[in-house]
Amino acid sequence: MSTHALPAGRATGGARPSRPLPPGVPPKQLLRWFRDMLLIREFEVRTMQAYQEKKIGGFCHVYIGQEAVAVGCVAATRPEDPMITAYRDHGHALARGMAARHCMAEMFGKIGGCAKGKGGSMHMFDRANNLFGGHGIVGAQTPVGAGLAFATKYEDEVIRGGTSDRVTLCFLGDGALNQGAFHEALNLAGLLDLPVIYVVENNGYSMGTSIERGTTMAHDLSVKAAAYGIDAIEVDGLDVIAVYEEMHAFVEKCRRTSRPGFVDMKTYRFKGHSMSDPRKYRTRDEEAHFEAGDPIGKLERALVAAGVIDEPGVGVLMDSVREEVRESIRWSDASPLPGVEELHHDVYVERWGPYTGTSLPEMLREEGTR
Amino acid sequence: MSRVIEFRDALREAMSEEMRRDPRVFLLGEEVAQYDGAYKVSKGMLAEFGPRRVIDMPISENGFAGLGIGAAMMGLRPIVEFMSWSFSLVAADQILNNAPKMLYMSGGQFGCPIVFRGNDGAGGQLGSTHSWCVESLYANVPGLKMAIPSNPYDAKGLLKTAIRDPDPVFFLESERMLALKGEVPEEEYLIPFGQAAIRREGGDCTIVSFGRPVHFAMDAAEVLAKEDGIECEVIDGRTIRPLDLETIVRSVRKTNRCVVVDQSWSFASVGSEVAAQVSEACFDDLDHHVHRVHADDVPAPYAMNLEQEMLPNPRKIRKAVLSACYRG
Ligand SMILES: Cc1ncc(C[n+]2csc(CCOP(=O)(O)OP(=O)(O)O)c2C)c(N)n1
Ligand SMILES: [Mg+2]
Repeated sequence: MSTHALPAGRATGGARPSRPLPPGVPPKQLLRWFRDMLLIREFEVRTMQAYQEKKIGGFCHVYIGQEAVAVGCVAATRPEDPMITAYRDHGHALARGMAARHCMAEMFGKIGGCAKGKGGSMHMFDRANNLFGGHGIVGAQTPVGAGLAFATKYEDEVIRGGTSDRVTLCFLGDGALNQGAFHEALNLAGLLDLPVIYVVENNGYSMGTSIERGTTMAHDLSVKAAAYGIDAIEVDGLDVIAVYEEMHAFVEKCRRTSRPGFVDMKTYRFKGHSMSDPRKYRTRDEEAHFEAGDPIGKLERALVAAGVIDEPGVGVLMDSVREEVRESIRWSDASPLPGVEELHHDVYVERWGPYTGTSLPEMLREEGTR
Repeated sequence: MSRVIEFRDALREAMSEEMRRDPRVFLLGEEVAQYDGAYKVSKGMLAEFGPRRVIDMPISENGFAGLGIGAAMMGLRPIVEFMSWSFSLVAADQILNNAPKMLYMSGGQFGCPIVFRGNDGAGGQLGSTHSWCVESLYANVPGLKMAIPSNPYDAKGLLKTAIRDPDPVFFLESERMLALKGEVPEEEYLIPFGQAAIRREGGDCTIVSFGRPVHFAMDAAEVLAKEDGIECEVIDGRTIRPLDLETIVRSVRKTNRCVVVDQSWSFASVGSEVAAQVSEACFDDLDHHVHRVHADDVPAPYAMNLEQEMLPNPRKIRKAVLSACYRG
């Protein structure tokens, strides 16, 4: 089905080989990417199950199909580079290094969750791993992303007296391109020379609205960045090697120049928008076309062909990933519900009236902050 | 003749009837057309009215709310759907600074006959950004009207009135009530603004509420009658601006006690306003200060147990009524 006709500007999809493995990246690293992608996929499959079993409530958006984006982007950056994203955020949390159990427990509404069960699926925060959230309001994270970059630059240059050395990645969906906040953020980033890269996870749809129906110039999003004097690149987000290579070069340029960037990261969400979406706005053929180009299968074939791993090795890896996710569910089941006293906790830093101050979640007390 | 339909059907009937009646009326919002509405409120409307009158919008609330206002200034009658009132916050300048002030700022030259509508209040573990009860936040602003139906009959009658109203109307629905069924006549009817409904008569304590919490008040009244021998009079305000103080005062003069149930936070809220107005009007009639039941003064938590604890519920209402009756 690789002849599937799609509007200009969409991800290509289809069963194509991945880019050649990058010669400079050690096999151990490549396997790490593969494992992270498998982990996110397995985690999301089990998340969907847990949602059906009503262990998870509220709005829940899975990352299946887009794994190469978070994993490749994390690989292309340094741990101290801040990241911020929207509500489709489990993949970013796991790729950044949050333990599966804290991510799962958050969705179970348990005290062991990354936010003590107060945030839920859309609000994954991980201070130790420089993940500044999961944000539920479309576009809300985009000015905040500019603020993170403002702060790294300010710290590096004004407080430490050195040169700006960190790059912020701010992820957004293609639907967020249409929020006013995004355009103000881009103007500010351009104006103030902020080292922030806006990564548009362009999966072609915001809910049931295809990008062509909701966004002008959908066939060439780079013009939106150009209007603010910001360099733009297009990346095949269904190939982790392409994501890593393109992003690495772009991030390093941003680090050197302290100028913002814009990435049209072409990808596809394999499942519905959220847990209740009959997907009438696209064809099953279209979905099959993209599933044939599954980024995980693509990497697996490249790794096996290059002898980095063999079939039994893949099996072993899958088993360990399955066990890790199973463990995260057992752990989350066992984690207690937040007590009623949590209602008035974390509202203010200081104690006053009915408010009992604030404290770090178990996740950070266990692992310690960086 | 009447039949039983869902809240969402009642909303759709109101919009469709008004669109058939008046070509100036049109609907715009996210996923309202091709997707048949994110919550199926506008199901079938694209098919009947076509894409010129049922219009899909990108995620640009500030933009399309303002577009609606401009169209209303020209004399059209837009219905702007917010998937959730929580998302109206990004359009705050348009809906609060433009719509309700246009008539005044223009010295009576330009009105703004527009309806903003959508889900308000907790939707079930949606977390703090998606669980806004905007009534208290927005009711503060003069120039706008606010309706908040609690059942399908009111939803239809109030929405038709809203669409014909010459001023901006904020119409607050609830995701949790969209599937609620109720009797709705086949024949046309409108419900005027500013007329509260007495949902249950009683002589011991008045409970005033708006929207979804009216149901919590009814549940509490049931328990209070059975367990505590207290007969509550439950008043459904139906509109917040205008507020039907008269009906409330008449009831409080009879019961001498008043509990206000408001799903938003207490500080500077609709509940506080009603309490203040009742206290002023019924100072000599009250046997106890007016009691208020609100959501706890914290952001909405995701965890189910915490969310349920935070929201106003029959247990909290019963406690307040018992206290108002010196039984708590
Ligand atoms: C301001 C605002 N309006 C509407 C919504 C409801 N909503 C949640 S996700 C979504 C679609 C977003 O699509 P996109 O940005 O492409 O991200 P994707 O879901 O594809 O990852 C909408 C309309 C919201 N959360 N915030
Ligand atoms: Mg999208």
